[in-house]
Amino acid sequence: MRAARRLGALLRWPSQPLLRHLAFAVLAGIACYGLSVSVSDFANSEIATVALFAVAIAGLSMLTGGTGQLSLGHGALMAVGAYAYAELELHNPHVPLSVGLLVAVGAAAVAGGVLGVAAARLRGPYLAGVTLALALVAPQLADHFFNSDQGIPVGLTPPASVESNHWLAWIALTCALVIFVLLANLRRSRFYRSFTAVRDDEIAASLAGISVARTQILAFVLSAACAGLAGALLAIADLGATSGLFPLTLSVQLVAGMVIGGIGSLVGAVWGAVLVVYIPIWLDDIVNSPSSTLAANLPQAVFGLLIVLVILLVPGGIQGALRRGITVARGRIARAGKPGRAPTTSPGAGDTVTEVASMDGG
Amino acid sequence: MRLFIDYTLSGVSSGMIYAAVALGLVLIWRSTRILNFAQGGMAMITTYIASALLEHSVGYWAAFAVALLAGLALGAATERLLIRPVEGRSPVDAVIVAIGFLIFLEALAGAIWGASPRGFPAPFSQVDYLVGGRAIAFTPFDLFVVLAVLALMGVMLLLFRFTEVGLRMRASAFAPEVARLLGVRVNRMLTLGWALATMAGALAGLFVAPAVFLSPNYMDSILIYGFTAAIVGGLESPLGSLVGGLVIGLAISYVGGYLGSAFEGAGALGLLVVVLMVRPSGLFSRVQARRV
Repeated sequence: MRAARRLGALLRWPSQPLLRHLAFAVLAGIACYGLSVSVSDFANSEIATVALFAVAIAGLSMLTGGTGQLSLGHGALMAVGAYAYAELELHNPHVPLSVGLLVAVGAAAVAGGVLGVAAARLRGPYLAGVTLALALVAPQLADHFFNSDQGIPVGLTPPASVESNHWLAWIALTCALVIFVLLANLRRSRFYRSFTAVRDDEIAASLAGISVARTQILAFVLSAACAGLAGALLAIADLGATSGLFPLTLSVQLVAGMVIGGIGSLVGAVWGAVLVVYIPIWLDDIVNSPSSTLAANLPQAVFGLLIVLVILLVPGGIQGALRRGITVARGRIARAGKPGRAPTTSPGAGDTVTEVASMDGG
Repeated sequence: MRLFIDYTLSGVSSGMIYAAVALGLVLIWRSTRILNFAQGGMAMITTYIASALLEHSVGYWAAFAVALLAGLALGAATERLLIRPVEGRSPVDAVIVAIGFLIFLEALAGAIWGASPRGFPAPFSQVDYLVGGRAIAFTPFDLFVVLAVLALMGVMLLLFRFTEVGLRMRASAFAPEVARLLGVRVNRMLTLGWALATMAGALAGLFVAPAVFLSPNYMDSILIYGFTAAIVGGLESPLGSLVGGLVIGLAISYVGGYLGSAFEGAGALGLLVVVLMVRPSGLFSRVQARRV
């Protein structure tokens, strides 16, 4: 009996956030590995793209959901990561992959820091305008400084027994899991609470001893680092850093993924990444005439429409809607379980408490 | 010196176009505290409408008028359908809606009219004037652009200063609650503001198109220049947007002329960042308190 109880304690979901997130990451890793080996090599390149978009969207979502700063230029920060990685590999072909990725993260973090210093002084729409300008200018500058639109080639040599896209997917998934564990822990930390304090009321936050500017810069650096990693992975997946990979629409796609998944939610970032990658593929299958101008523009039109509709109709995105659904279902179950009490308690109050509890987990 | 004069002249004529874009942004910012990032896309759509009419052998001036009217209608519809629902929410929501609408419009134009660039005519000659036997970088069309934008500014100024509608619009922009109590239909004024702003953008769209070709994203960089001009001018005054437009037009013309066109965007971005860091409320603004 005692042995059974001890076994039960061991199997219970750990209560420490770090342990819980690590356990979740291990399970997710196993599931992703299973998925990766059971599908084709081509499908693995799609999985890799989803993973790298999830990293970039999660970083953006921590920024907008955290300090409330909207960046329309994260595609440019991805470009910084991509070109940093490609330049490093061009000049030192034998640098290990992990070092290259870390350099990309560092370069993007520095760029994000510079941008963050400017961003910390700008209120919402001003920041959006500056980052929009950055997103438009970055490809032009990249063309000018790095071998015009040919870009810089990037190679990836998988181990002998592994197919190349499988290897790519594993790298991207590993990066994504590491980033998600880090971000999930960050969300439970003092830092993130200072982010949201700054978002909700800058003056109150500074009265509470939080340095508003430092917090906003830190949030930008963090978010840029994620974008840099995603950019390096995108360059690896595309066998080169070229300016064509980082148009304005890339930045808007990141915003679309964030909005559709749910601003500020890590799980939502995964939903967003899946949709950003697969909506164009599904639409291609539906339209089935790759040369028409309609097919070429349909994905962008759908993303634009989705951004507008989600903000107008479901501001919480997919994850927000799911959470509300779960809360409603739980409330129903709870009321069904205690029929005598149901009429006396006000449903609104009960809902709020469960909502707060479930928001903690997401 | 010769080059300098040429760069200055082309800076003035393109600066007037940026001023029109900035005016559109300012009109909307004053009344709704929203920066309309979709304005470039909306101007692109109205210019494509004009282009489609021209293809069906409608005269230039008829197409011109239709494009401006389409701008009025598009602006009013956008305010009613997309912007009013997010009013009073976090300003980030309005920006996201505008960006979503922008890429939707660009995809729509691409789907209807194709992505390949098409030419767009100018109503006046685009051959340089000759001064003392040598060509200067100023054409009859440039002269028309300068005069048209000045006329637009003048009409706006008269409208706001001397008409009752203008007074109502100013009242609803600066004190919506009081204006409502005094019987001004504030919502209707906001819609009218959006309509006029989009018309100003449409005018800019018609003037940009002959110089660069017409394509779904041809207004993207113009919007950024117009945004920079509006920031330089302080986002509050239509007159500020005229000065801001000229400053940006000249700056970009010099940067593009002396450093190369790859740096035009970067120059605008640099100017934007510097102005925002040094004088975040523009060159022509009074000190503003932030509400606690």
